[in-house]
Order: sequence, then structure tokens, then C-alpha cells
Amino acid sequence: MNKSTMKYIGKRLLISAITLVIIVAVLFLMLKLMPGTPFNDEKLTEAQKLAIYAKYGLDQPFFVQFFNYMKNMLTGDFGVSFGIVRNMQVSDLVGPRILISFGIGIAAVILGTVIGVLLGIYAALHKNTLADTLATIFSVLGVSVPSFVLGLLLLLLLGVTIPVFPILYESSHPLRSSVLPVIALSFGVIANVARFTRSEMISVLASDYIALAEAKGLDRTTIIRKHAFRNTLIPVITILGPILVNLMTGSMVLEQIFSIPGLGRLLVEGITVNDYNVVLAVSFLYSVLYVVMMLIIDISYGIIDPRIRLGKGD
Amino acid sequence: MADRERILKIRDLNISFTTDHGKINAIRGVNLDLYKGETIAIVGESGSGKSVTTKAVMGILASNGTIDSGVIEYSWNDENTGEHKTVDIAQLSEKDLQKEIRGRKIAMVFQDPMTSLNPTMTIGKQVMEPMIYHYGKSKEEAYKKTLELLELVGITDAEKRMKNYPHQLSGGMRQRVVIAIALSCDPYVLICDEPTTALDVTIQAKILELIQDIQKKKNLSVIYITHDLGVVAKVADYVNVMYAGKIVETGLIDEVYYDPRHPYTWGLLSAMPDLDTDDDELYTIPGTPPNLAYRVDGDAFAPRNQFALNIDLRVEPPMFDVPGSSTHKVASWLMHPNAPDVKMPEALKNRIEKMKKEGE
Ligand SMILES: Nc1ncnc2c1ncn2[C@@H]1O[C@H](COP(=O)(O)OP(=O)(O)OP(=O)(O)O)[C@@H](O)[C@H]1O
Ligand SMILES: [Mg+2]
Repeated sequence: MNKSTMKYIGKRLLISAITLVIIVAVLFLMLKLMPGTPFNDEKLTEAQKLAIYAKYGLDQPFFVQFFNYMKNMLTGDFGVSFGIVRNMQVSDLVGPRILISFGIGIAAVILGTVIGVLLGIYAALHKNTLADTLATIFSVLGVSVPSFVLGLLLLLLLGVTIPVFPILYESSHPLRSSVLPVIALSFGVIANVARFTRSEMISVLASDYIALAEAKGLDRTTIIRKHAFRNTLIPVITILGPILVNLMTGSMVLEQIFSIPGLGRLLVEGITVNDYNVVLAVSFLYSVLYVVMMLIIDISYGIIDPRIRLGKGD
Repeated sequence: MADRERILKIRDLNISFTTDHGKINAIRGVNLDLYKGETIAIVGESGSGKSVTTKAVMGILASNGTIDSGVIEYSWNDENTGEHKTVDIAQLSEKDLQKEIRGRKIAMVFQDPMTSLNPTMTIGKQVMEPMIYHYGKSKEEAYKKTLELLELVGITDAEKRMKNYPHQLSGGMRQRVVIAIALSCDPYVLICDEPTTALDVTIQAKILELIQDIQKKKNLSVIYITHDLGVVAKVADYVNVMYAGKIVETGLIDEVYYDPRHPYTWGLLSAMPDLDTDDDELYTIPGTPPNLAYRVDGDAFAPRNQFALNIDLRVEPPMFDVPGSSTHKVASWLMHPNAPDVKMPEALKNRIEKMKKEGE
């Protein structure tokens, strides 16, 4: 890796860090503006409430609270839960769920991308045939049907009618329990990736350098493998970012449906009971995931595409 | 030119394309000959069928195109036995075309060097690829030969350039790389489809010189496609003027330039920009080429031809020999012994006189 690449990565890291701080600040502010507090118990007197606020530092001015939160966060302390499991460390609450949620998400991305790319390439190579039309219909369905609808269908089919997979998440069988949610989530990924790959591949195949490869006397398979494939896949990397956002929102609903003890479900619960610290921590985690993924996508794009890697007009 | 060796013989080639708007008869009875070490040019307006003709020669017609009839005979002496062989490219299977013809016997230089190289593959790999693929050369051999080739096409610092990607090279440099790729498998025929149109004027001449230079060194036969008649005069031995999928005039450069007979050639020559004439007054041939989705009756150029005879609208003219020449042929009824004596426009005549003087 050369110097300018290092510099570029350094710059990107800095921007990412600043982005995250801003995100936390905005989240913090929004939570404070939300109606209600974590301590809405009817039986509590005003005096008791004030005492509780003082205990958790909620009586301090906004900026002090924010500053303290940021300071603790940097040492890995995300505070305690106010509502879901009162006084439990948020990091203990969140920690075990990261693996479950991210595991399902990453599995869906990988599965969806691989199948999507293969499907897209197949459709492009069989342009305007029945197979291509079917693939297109599938893509349109995949993009327009929300993952939770598909999740429910799968549940009905493979959980109830033919009970192959558990209806609700069983912590004793994490793999078996993840199959249906992963499929439901990956459907949209497949559809998006396939559609994009197809159109990329078609335009690559129509390009002059493919004609030149043909004029060299290479066979079709070699042309596709050596010349078309890489040039098709590079742009596909760019759509993984938006796809990821889709996945995050999709997974929140799916975790409810399948009762998966993941981050999405925790976030929804946290919001219902005004558990500030939990909501903050989970949202922050999602933001970190997103920012890091975008960073990886950007950097890998730069590494794979020589035109970006070496800088224009080099 | 005692025993010229014919390498390519095209006879009565007809090619059509199936489209949503029906069948397009893009090539209508083309005849062409190419001899070893010689250069022919195909000139004509856009859409006249220049590219389609040469694509057929390489067997890389678009998937909706078919050769309806005609032969494209390619002849060569077998490297091992020395035996003289001939194949009809129009009859070869895709597999034979790919394995035997493309790249190895006939290679192509494309028009736009900015888009004809793979953006994500190094220059070196792109030049090495065909020789490794076709001749099973080792990496080291291929590397060595690529270095030689890059130097041959005038790329300095070849070793460093081999590691470069196309975007790091200028347009002229890229076209040199494309030429090196074309030469990589030692072909006998080089097809250059407008090899300089996309380049700067200053670089155009250099690339043309380079191609001529290599042609001499390697005794290549070259087909030039262009609509720039100025280019043709510099590089070609023979010119074929193409109109609406037919060759309407063919001959030695001097014959076609100094003694043009077809009114379409008159038009092309009159429309040729030169340094002395005012560009604002540049002549353009009136009208547009016919739509080849419909049947063409008579001479396809007749509707645009101010000298058209009655018969031009009804009967297609055959190829007439120009008296006194064995090479100069013209498809126009004006060549018929009974035709009225139509002379080329005065302005063009003056122009040709001037060209002649400059040429001497
Ligand atoms: N794939 C195709 N489908 C339908 N028609 C085609 C196809 N390829 C070429 N043609 C038609 O064949 C005719 C000749 O095209 P060709 O590309 O040979 O022209 P050209 O003489 O090379 O023109 P230019 O100078 O613009 O390159 C045109 O009328 C064009 O519309
Ligand atoms: Mg062309």
C-alpha cells in the first residue's frame, strides 16, 4: 500500500469518527426531546423522581449529560439500563445480542450477494430469454415485497405447514433458528444485486474492450471470466451500502416476528419504555456498523478498481 | 507486381440484419481482393457498410446479422508443410473462427483507443494474453515478446508501461498498445477500422506512419476503413468506394483520385476538406443514403445524383471496366458506351488538377 492510499484511509477514518460523534449528539438530543421519561411509575412521588434523576445524572444540563456520556463511552461504559432490566450494564445487555443480529445480517448479505451476482450474470448472458424474464420478475418481487411479509410466508410454510424450522428463535438451536430469517432478509439483497449485476454485465458485454477480446480470438468463457466479470463486479460493490441500510430496518421487524433476541428487538423495546441508554447504545452500534461497512466498501473499491487506486490522470 | 499472392477474396457478399423494423440488407454484393503486403482502403459515408464487411471477415458480426450468400476466401501457406491452403470464412464454424482466424490470421485495430482496452487489466497482461492463449507461450516468453512489441510500436519505457493500466496512458499511447495487441499473434491481415478518428490530428499522422512502418517490416496486408480520403491517399494502394452496402468504384489510388468516374466518388472528393478551400463553403452531398430495410431498385445513389439517367432508377448498374485499365472499375450507367458524356463538375476538376501538381 502506498503513501497516498494510507493518507486516504487516514482521512476516511477521521471523517468516520466525526460522523459518529455527530450521530451520538443528534440521538442524544432527540431522546431528550422525546415525551416521557424512563420513570413513569404512577406510584413515584415528585421527590422520589427527582432523587432518581439525580442518581442517574438526568438532572444535569444537557451539555453536561452529553459530555459525561461521551466520556464514559470512550472507556467502554454505556451506562445502565433504566427500564428493560433495571440497573444492568447496557454493555452486558447488548453484548450477547450483537453476535445474533450481526450474524444473521452478515449471512444474509453474503448469501444474497453471491446468489444475486450469479443470477444477474445468468440473466445477462441469456438476455431476452424466458430465464431472463423470470429472473427479472423475481427481482421486481424481491425489491417490492418487504422482508417481513416474506418472513411470515416462510414461517407459515416451513414453520407451521411443514414444520422443518422452529417458529420462534430457540437459543439452544441458533443455526436452525436463523435459517428462515436469513432467507427472508437475503431475498431483497438477491433481488437488488441481481438487477444491478444484470444491467452492469449487459453494458460491459457491449463495450469495445469485449469486442477487442473477441477479436483476439478468445473463447466466450474466457472473455466472460477474464474481461467481463471483474468489470461487472466492481460497481456492484457500491450498491452494498444502501442494501445494508435496507437490511438493518428489515431486521428490526423480522426480529420481532421470529422473536429473535437481537439488537433490533432490544431497540424497539428500549424505545417503548424510554430506556435512553439502551436506545442510544443500540443506535450507536448500528451507526458504527454502517460507517465501518461504508469505509470497507470505499476502501475495497479503491483497491479493486485500478482507476481509483492510482488516482486519476496519474 | 509479377506474382502477387492473394490472401483474401470476397465475392458477392450479402449480409442482412434482423431487427424490430424488419430485415436490413446492409451488404449487397460486395467484391474485394487483398494481396499479400498490400493495402486497400474502404471509404464511404457513415452506414455504408464498411465495418460490417470487415466484421464479417473476422467472423464477429452482431448476433442478429447473417451472411446470406457469398464467399470470403482466406488463403495462406501452411507454416509446417508449406502447402497452399484456402478456407471460406463465411462457412467456418464459430469455434474454427475463434481458434484459427481471429487474432492469429486476421487482427483488428479499433477506432476508439479510450474504450477498447480493458480498464482493469494491466497493459502487459492484455498484450501477453493472446500469445499465451493461442500459442501456449510461457509467461517469460510472452513477456519478452511483449517488450519487443511495445518497443516496435514506439512505446518508450516499455517495461514500466507493462505494469500500467490503460487510464495511465494517453490516447495515442493506448492506440499503440491496441496495435501491439493486434500484432501479438503475428497475423497476416490487419484491419484498421478508423484507427485515427478518435485521436488528435498531430497524433493521427504518427499512428498512420507507425502502421505503414510495421506493415513493411512484417509484410502485412492491411485493410483501412475511413471516411477521411486524405488519409487513404497517404497509405493505401487500392481504394474501394462503398455506398449503401455496395462497392461502387474501385481502383488504384491514382485512378480513383485523379480520374474518378462515379458521381458518388465525385461527391466524396468534393466534400473532402483541404487546407486551401474555405471550410464554410465545404461541399456536402445532398440527401441521405437509402433505407436498406426496403428494396433498392436501380442504382441506390440515383436519388442523390444530379447526373442520374433514366435507367439508374430502374436497373442496377453492373461493374464497368474503365477503358485502358485492368484495375479501375465503376458501377454506374454513365460508364455504358451509349451513355451521354457527363463530365465531373468544374470545381472538382480544378481541385484534382491542383492535387496532381502537389502530388508530383
Ligand atoms: N447489429 C446491427 N443490427 C442492425 N443493423 C446493423 C447492425 N450493424 C450494422 N447495421 C447496419 O448496417 C449498415 C452498415 O453499418 P456499418 O457499421 O458497416 O457502417 P460503416 O460504414 O462502418 O459506418 P461508420 O462510418 O459510421 O462506421 C448500417 O446501416 C447499420 O445500420
Ligand atoms: Mg464503422
